[in-house]
This record gives sequence, C-alpha cells and structure tokens, in this order.
Amino acid sequence: MESLLEQYAGIVGNEVIDHLRQLAGPLRGIKILHVNSTKEGGGVAEILNRLIPLKRELGIDAEWEIVTGDKDFYQCTKKMHNSLQGNRDDISPSLLETYEKTNVLNYERLRDKLLGADVVFIHDPQPAAMISHCSDRRNRWLWRCHIDVSRPYRPVWKYLREYIKQYDASIWSLSDFAQPLEQPMYLIPPSIDPLSEKNMALPEKEIKEYLRSFGISRDIPVLTQVSRFDRFKDPIGVIESYRLVKKYVPVQLVLAGGGASDDPEGEQVLNEVKAFAGEDPMIHVLELPPDAHRAINALQRGSDIILQKSLKEGFGLTVTEALWKGKPVIGGDTGGIKLQVIDHFSGFRVTTPEGASMRIRYLLKHPEIRKTIGKNARQFVLENYLITRQLREYLTLVVGMIFGSEEKIELRMHER
Amino acid sequence: MNIDGFRILDCALVAIATGVKAQTLRELRDKLKTAHPGCFFYHFWGGLLNPHFDDPEFQNDFAVWASRSLNDSRMSEKFAVIDPYAFENIEDVRQELIEVIEERLSQTEIVPWAKTGHEFHFIRSQMVVFDTGVTFLEPTEMLHAIPGMSLGSIFYHFIDARRRTEERKNDLSLWLAAFGDTYEKLIEDLDNIDPFFISLTRMRREITLAFNKHLKEDA
Repeated sequence: MESLLEQYAGIVGNEVIDHLRQLAGPLRGIKILHVNSTKEGGGVAEILNRLIPLKRELGIDAEWEIVTGDKDFYQCTKKMHNSLQGNRDDISPSLLETYEKTNVLNYERLRDKLLGADVVFIHDPQPAAMISHCSDRRNRWLWRCHIDVSRPYRPVWKYLREYIKQYDASIWSLSDFAQPLEQPMYLIPPSIDPLSEKNMALPEKEIKEYLRSFGISRDIPVLTQVSRFDRFKDPIGVIESYRLVKKYVPVQLVLAGGGASDDPEGEQVLNEVKAFAGEDPMIHVLELPPDAHRAINALQRGSDIILQKSLKEGFGLTVTEALWKGKPVIGGDTGGIKLQVIDHFSGFRVTTPEGASMRIRYLLKHPEIRKTIGKNARQFVLENYLITRQLREYLTLVVGMIFGSEEKIELRMHER
Repeated sequence: MNIDGFRILDCALVAIATGVKAQTLRELRDKLKTAHPGCFFYHFWGGLLNPHFDDPEFQNDFAVWASRSLNDSRMSEKFAVIDPYAFENIEDVRQELIEVIEERLSQTEIVPWAKTGHEFHFIRSQMVVFDTGVTFLEPTEMLHAIPGMSLGSIFYHFIDARRRTEERKNDLSLWLAAFGDTYEKLIEDLDNIDPFFISLTRMRREITLAFNKHLKEDA
C-alpha cells in the first residue's frame, strides 16, 4: 500500500515530498503535541486529522489532544470567538471563571503530555489559558490563531492577551490578523487536504446522486454557500443576493451548513435562515452532520458558482476547497478571502448582496469565463494552499524554534 | 585542476509579522526608515516561496500595494523597476525606496491612502538552509537532476545567492567559472535568466533549457 506521502507525491510531485523529508530530518524523534477543542467539525480539526499522520510518517512523534468542557465553557469560548472577530460581546465574570476552571481541569488531565512534548501547539482561545499553569515548563509553546483578530473587541482581547503573551511564539493566518505582541509572530495560512473525502475527485454519478437526494436539479444553475450557520457568514445576505438574481435568471441556492460541537449558536442562526428562506422550493437549506464530507464535496462540484459572502472570515477554507474544484468564487472582501479571490482571476470579491448578485449574473452569462477562472483557481491552490505547503512551513518554524531564532539557520549534515 | 563538487543545498522560508503597518504613502516612507532589514528581502523575493498570486505586472510587494491598495499607478511603476541587486546593500535599497516616495509626495497634493483593511504590513522571514547530501562533480551530471530539484534549491542557488555572494551571481555560474572558459556560453545564459516576473517553476525550466542547450551533446 502507498504511504500517505507517496499519495501526495502523485499530486504535488516527488520533489515536494523529498523536500519535506529532508526538512524533517533534524526533527526525527521530537515530540509535538497539538491541542484544540474538537476532533470533528471546522477547518482546524480537518487539518489536524491529516497533519498528525503526515508528521508521524516523517518520523516526528506527533500527538493530538482536545480540551473538553461544559455548556458554559463553550458559550464563553463562542463569545470570545465572536468578540475577537469584532462583536461587542461582553463576557460575564462567571463565564470567565468557568473558562479558567475548565482550563485548569484540562491542564491537570493533560499535564504529562503537555510537559513531555518538545513543542506544543495550542489552537485558538479554548485551551489558551492552560499555559498559565505550567511556569516550570522547559519546552516551547506556540499559540495558533485561526480567527480574524484584525479588529477585536478590546476588553476581550485584553483579557486573552494576558495568556497569549506567555507563549514563545504565535502563528497567524494573515498579517492583518496579527496583534502586536513581543514574541515572534509567524504567518502561516492554513491549507486543504486534496486526499480527504471533502476534496478528492468524485465520480460524476456520485455527484448526481447526491444532488438528486437533496432535491437539487442539474437543469437550473446552482449557487452554493457551504459554511456553519453563523451570522458572520451572512447567510441572510446570500438569500438576498439570490432573490436579486432570480428576477433575471432561474437559479437555485444551496446553503449547506456543517455543525461543529464547539458552536452553540448555530441552531439559532439556522432557524433565522429557514424563516427568511420561507417556502421557496429553489432554496435548499441543508443541515449536514460534521462528517458529511463527501456530500459537501459533491455539492461543491455540482455547483456552478460558489459563494462565501462572509462579513468576517478567518481564512475561509471553504473558498480554497471550491477553488481546488475549479469553481469561481464570489466572496466577501474580508480576511483570507482577500488572499484567495482575485477579481477576474479566481472569482470576485463583493461587499453587498447587490454586488454579489451582479457578479453571479455576469458569471452565469459567460460560461467560458467561468471555465478560465476555474482553471486558474485550481492551479493557484495546487501551488499555494495544499497541506504539503502548510506542513513545510510548520516544519520550518519548528526547526527555527529548536535550532535558533536567527534570520537564516544553516543546518549542518550531522544535525540532519 | 582540482575543482570542488557542487553541493545542492535547499531552503525553506517562513514569514514573520513585524506588527508594523502603513496606511498612507507618507506612513510607508516613515516606517521604511526603521523597518527590519529582513523585510526588504521578504518584500522583494519572499513571495516566490510563499503563497501568493503570480502578478504579471509587479514583482515586489511595494509595487503591488501601490497599484492595488493606493490605486497610484505612477508610484507602483516607480517601485516596480527597483532592482534590489543593483544596490550595494540593503541600506541603499531602503534609501532608494524612500527617495522614490519623497519624489512622488512632492508631485501630488493628496497623499495616497489605502482603505482600512488594506494597509501595507511589513513582514520579514526566517530561512532554514539544509544540505541535500547531493554533490555533482561534473556539470554534465546535473543535466537530469535539475528538473527534479526542489523550488527551495532553486531559490537558494539563484535568488539567495545574489545577496550572499561577493560577485552578486548565482551559485551555479560561479561554480562553472572554476572550469575556465569551458562553460562560458552556459554561464552567459544562466546569468541572463531574469528572475523578475517569473515563478521558481519557470526559472527551473529556464535553467534546464540552458543546460540542455549547452551540455546535452557532451553528456
């Protein structure tokens, strides 16, 4: 059976995999621990699901743990998430107390692993406070922020910053997100996994079958937005855009949302979306379980245009997924979408439902332009946003953390 | 004559935010005065090894920002023609950037500015260089190896070399020169590869073509 690395070589080329093997040489045997708050749902869990086995195949002793908590803990971290993205959402002292206590409990449970690793990656705010309980640590801790913190609600960032500044370094998806901190702030955009069920090639028959099962016709153009039911993703604005388009062109809209176990607000937003969609048979609001990867893959491949009309966005991996499938994307002018969607090249960036509707009509009118954009889009992801690139940057960073902080680190043969 | 073999080194780059940003052209000038020296290498060449769109018009980040965020085509053109290797050192590059901004500011009544969220972020990079363990003793041995070289190796020997070596040349040309006049034409072709406006993949292809043109029959 082919190893994982060999399977990736088939997509990105042997030289990319050889490069990873050599870069990982000096890291053989070191222990790396990743900690986040969910094993399924959301981009972080998806990437970790593949990064961990890849690191292991490269000889690194990589492990992945999650923190757990009660309803109040997740309510607090959801509020933190929203506030970091700019919502003025004060968090009560009792919720913050739950956050701190939950971090203590998780720290105690994971203590041996946290202190035994050479490098610890803590993802997002949920487990961030654990660092304050291990002042005697001798290893390196990095905080990996997946959120758009470009304009955070200050009181919440100020609270969280007290923890973050204790880390040896932080990692941000975009320079716009990085908040001033004394530590080195690495910039590593996330990536997608071309071999995962969500991104692998699917037989046409299977795509048709999925669309049929959701009641989606292939005879009428399909617009799709795949994202959690979250106000920052602007699902209501997407329906408004669709309504403006259908005055001129028959079209269907799919709003497909996967749940994540650390998002308590999803149901409320989903109900709002359903109410706003009303009884329109051309709007398909799909609640998909967190493991509906093949279904999402089929929906994206079966669509004519992908929307990601976010008002705030971390990186926007659903955009990357759509580009990888050769689809033009109409996205909000925010966060990582700015890095991925370039007007006329991979899609269009918009700021209003009206803007989105005009771009949708333009692309529906010009199938040849959709095709050219789709081709550019796939090549762009191949060169820049596959998991092998992210792995390369993580390895570079870890080499830097272990072998020195200079601008140029030259590894001699015996260190490899 | 005993000539050392050519060792293929490889490198990987990771970007580091400095937390410094500029929203107007005047701010850019002021921040350039104190920007970390590593920022200049990153903003001129770092994009080759980091996620980005190939921009057919502008090779460096200053020109892209002036064009896309300031909507100032004059400024972007002035930035675009700056070749960092035409200067003695980084401080001279810094000075040149400041001077072209000064010139532009003196011509315009309104200071060009970018919308919030479209500021110029100063970024530097950290580079890890490692030895691939592969050494070539004769140039002809490299014919079949170049197409399989990693983009990191191409970057190290062709981009980084020009800031690292005294002669401001790529490593391969310098090595080939040790064989006397034998590879004079090949060296000329390698030196003529313009690193502006092309990706590392394309650069690898051009190097391969040069080797094929001059060495295929010898091999």
